[in-house]
Amino acid sequence: MRGDPEIRRVVVSSLTLSGAVGVFALSFGVASVGAGASVWQTCALSLFVFTGASQFSAMSVIGAGGSMLAAYGGAVLLAIRNMVYGLALSPSARSLGKSLPHRLLAAQFVIDETTALALAESSPRFRKIAFWTTGIGLFSFWNLGTLIGALAGSAIDPQKFGLDIAFPAAFVAMLRPHLGTKLGRQTAMLGGALCLLSISFVPVGVPILIAATAIVLGVRNGR
Amino acid sequence: MVGEMTTNLWPMVIALAASAYLLKMFGLVVLGSRRLPRIFDRCLALIPAALLSALVLKDTFSVGQSLVVDVRLAGFAVAVVATWRRAPLIVVVVLAASATAILRAI
Repeated sequence: MRGDPEIRRVVVSSLTLSGAVGVFALSFGVASVGAGASVWQTCALSLFVFTGASQFSAMSVIGAGGSMLAAYGGAVLLAIRNMVYGLALSPSARSLGKSLPHRLLAAQFVIDETTALALAESSPRFRKIAFWTTGIGLFSFWNLGTLIGALAGSAIDPQKFGLDIAFPAAFVAMLRPHLGTKLGRQTAMLGGALCLLSISFVPVGVPILIAATAIVLGVRNGR
Repeated sequence: MVGEMTTNLWPMVIALAASAYLLKMFGLVVLGSRRLPRIFDRCLALIPAALLSALVLKDTFSVGQSLVVDVRLAGFAVAVVATWRRAPLIVVVVLAASATAILRAI
């Protein structure tokens, strides 16, 4: 059991990913305080929202002078995919957590990385190990990274270090995996166009919500 | 970019935390193994493509409600190249920020 190389493989890949994402969290911490959140608010976002794209999106809208409602709207739309991940994981929900409280705790860890690594395993046992090591590891590193970033960010002038570019740079990197299909590329182009066209006419942050209508492209196209 | 801590962001933080958790929980615990209609599934899967692309453009080409082209374009270009070369997330951010900072300093 202890030296099982298969278990080690799962744990090592989970923790490697967690560490990498934790380093990325530094940039969220810096960018978030740069956009006007306090260190506490920044840490609360990572602890309780705990889904990177939504956190970045909310603070990007706030930083640009948008309302809290607009910031909330875009962030929630991005968080909907976690519901879809939850659905994908639900056939194994009982092996992820035996009791209901256990499953309610597991829910907080349902994000891109945990879903990807858990679903990559075929046996329920490895699926559970992958889910929990990634979940706990990533949660720890993500929050540690956020705290360090937020403390560092409140000590420097973000503009001077070009850190306002952390937002679009992070979004570019997060967008890439969604451009793999033709439908994804078309949606990205339509969403981007809708945003640019509406930017001058609606309050800050609202173009992001308008861009979301680009998902109607999914109604027709099969792939 | 505003950098002032004048607005109280807690209502947004709390509402977002609650909503984000409920969405995760709804999928994993409540809906169980019920499946969404395929068309629904497909549209939801497209949300990140639409929104992330909009966010990239907003953060590169706008200040408030006006469209502007400034030094951020260089940072954006660096981010695109780094992402293209499959650099890790943090490397993308650091390279883009460095390029922007250097150009601002000149």
